[in-house]
Amino acid sequence: MEKTTLFDKIWDSHVVKSVPAGPDVFFIDKHFIHEVTSPVAFLNLEKRGIGVKNPSRTVATPDHNVPTVDQDQTIKDKLSRMQVERLRENCAKYGIELHDLGSAHHGIVHVIGPELGITQPGMTIVCGDSHTSTHGAFGAIAFGIGTSEVEMVLATQCIMQTKAKKMRISVNGTLGPGVTSKDIILYIISKISAAGATGYFVEYAGSAIKSLSMEARMTICNMSIEMGARGGLIAPDETTFNYLEGKQYAPKGADWDKAVAYWKTLKTDDGAVFDKELVFEASDIEPMITYGTNPGMGIKVTENIPTTEGMEGSNKTSYLKSLEYMGFAPGEAVKGKLVDYVFVGSCTNGRIEDIRSVAQFVKGHQKAANITAWIVPGSREVEKMAHEEGLVKILEEAGFELRQPGCSACLAMNDDKIPSGKYAVSTSNRNFEGRQGPGARTMLASPLTVAAVAITGRITDPREVFHN
Amino acid sequence: MAYDKFTILRSTAVPLPTENVDTDQIIPARFLKATEREGFGDNLFRDWRYDVEGKPKKDFVLNDPTYSGKILVAGKNFGSGSSREHAVWAIYDYGFRCVVSSFFADIFKNNCLNIGVLPVTVSAEFADKLFAAIQSDPSTEIEVNLPEQKIKLLSTGEFESFDINEYKKDNMTNGFDDIDYLLNMSSEIDAFAASK
Repeated sequence: MEKTTLFDKIWDSHVVKSVPAGPDVFFIDKHFIHEVTSPVAFLNLEKRGIGVKNPSRTVATPDHNVPTVDQDQTIKDKLSRMQVERLRENCAKYGIELHDLGSAHHGIVHVIGPELGITQPGMTIVCGDSHTSTHGAFGAIAFGIGTSEVEMVLATQCIMQTKAKKMRISVNGTLGPGVTSKDIILYIISKISAAGATGYFVEYAGSAIKSLSMEARMTICNMSIEMGARGGLIAPDETTFNYLEGKQYAPKGADWDKAVAYWKTLKTDDGAVFDKELVFEASDIEPMITYGTNPGMGIKVTENIPTTEGMEGSNKTSYLKSLEYMGFAPGEAVKGKLVDYVFVGSCTNGRIEDIRSVAQFVKGHQKAANITAWIVPGSREVEKMAHEEGLVKILEEAGFELRQPGCSACLAMNDDKIPSGKYAVSTSNRNFEGRQGPGARTMLASPLTVAAVAITGRITDPREVFHN
Repeated sequence: MAYDKFTILRSTAVPLPTENVDTDQIIPARFLKATEREGFGDNLFRDWRYDVEGKPKKDFVLNDPTYSGKILVAGKNFGSGSSREHAVWAIYDYGFRCVVSSFFADIFKNNCLNIGVLPVTVSAEFADKLFAAIQSDPSTEIEVNLPEQKIKLLSTGEFESFDINEYKKDNMTNGFDDIDYLLNMSSEIDAFAASK
């Protein structure tokens, strides 16, 4: 029998038809929508005079553009309010499940999907958001799509997609203390560049990946898009099943047993061939931070910014433009640099384990005077747990400001913006120019590193803080 | 929605050799608040094009009257990051019908094809040739021939072939979109869904 990969197994079982010399008609099990990339899709359905084919396969939540304060009140920003209201109208009109602002399961779409058990192994999942790759942590094929494709899924439950090439990235061994899954993915991207996996779907494997919790796996799959990959996925195992068991939308009783039996078949066969294989050692990975304006521009916190040696032409020009934006010089150290803001949140690192690790780290300490510290839970559920576990109290005593769930300062569509020229060390996923506000300078790092920076006020190696 | 048909485009071009241009640069998130697909061109490359007071930045290529045209020749890894289709809407609304680069991000490329902006991938050498030709003579015309899958520098006659799958090519030359295709196979999709 032909040896196939996990990606092949899920992909091939969802192809309705292969168009000759064209893409596959690809069936979508679950479609997440939010307020920013869906309104034009619904508008076009109306123009065509067609409806939503299977509303039960779509789930909605407003997250990108919502305020993170006073969520029980009317949204002040007119355009944001209109987008959220349009989402409500569309969901009501077509009978789509909506986890609205203020409801028990409101939150960032990639946080609530797993949290509710909607995301399951073997599924195909899309959303008009590139971080849909997050759901791949469950052994699902999950990827971001544009608004035209949102419209396709609403109208037909399918999209037209060309099957990606396959890459396996293995990380073997044991992570050192103070090194997290965020560091793994920032390390990988720094090695292969922000375009290094373009055209590929990545399977993450190896003992270091296998040892991670579901939440830590989600952080890795989440940032697959930051190296250009269509998506990333991890074979489901006991960690996956334990996470899902008992979740609201997870199968129950005999259905559960049947589901687990199927999920256990979802793995790459020994001897299956990938188009590209990369192997890394966990022991080579240290706390990472980005210094430039794409996620591939990352170094160990203890390293110096690369010089321009060996660069030429537009490559060098682009590199220098990036450093100029950041206010950094080639060859200098980042450690010790003053920081203005820290942001803990986003679909990358806004889950309860992230908030726990920050709270444990800062417990009994005060943030530095020069730091404004924002912590934004990924969902209402995360917020609730953070309160119940006493984490909010610890964080507030340390000088952090807790906000309500949403995408917030990760993309700064709402008022949570880093001011121009200021430095933010952020647990989010993108350090693009202006990503966190016009002129904002973003450095991506793990929640632990962000916690250390909050306390010292400077770029800091978390392993050097509170050792005693 | 059915869009403009694309066959042969002959135009001057605008050069933007910067590498790794992400969709946050093409259209920043704060301009994604619309509920209709209109007016995005005004904010194309907003923060590179205008200063904080809204005045045009002289050194940005879109503000340089020397360059104009329906073709944007862009640097390597163009359109990375966010899946926002608004980025392509902005490019289209501004007046571009074709983007040329030696390397495109996947989602961006799909989004282009889905609304009728042709993404043309050329070799790094050919991209350099285009940049040099446009920068030395902004009146240089480029011909993009979709039926023949060729991009040609009209001043010298140098050309390169580009890839596009037959299905997408057929869609673009006829102005069809994927939904037309998918709606026509509704019963096949229903049968598939029922078998799952």
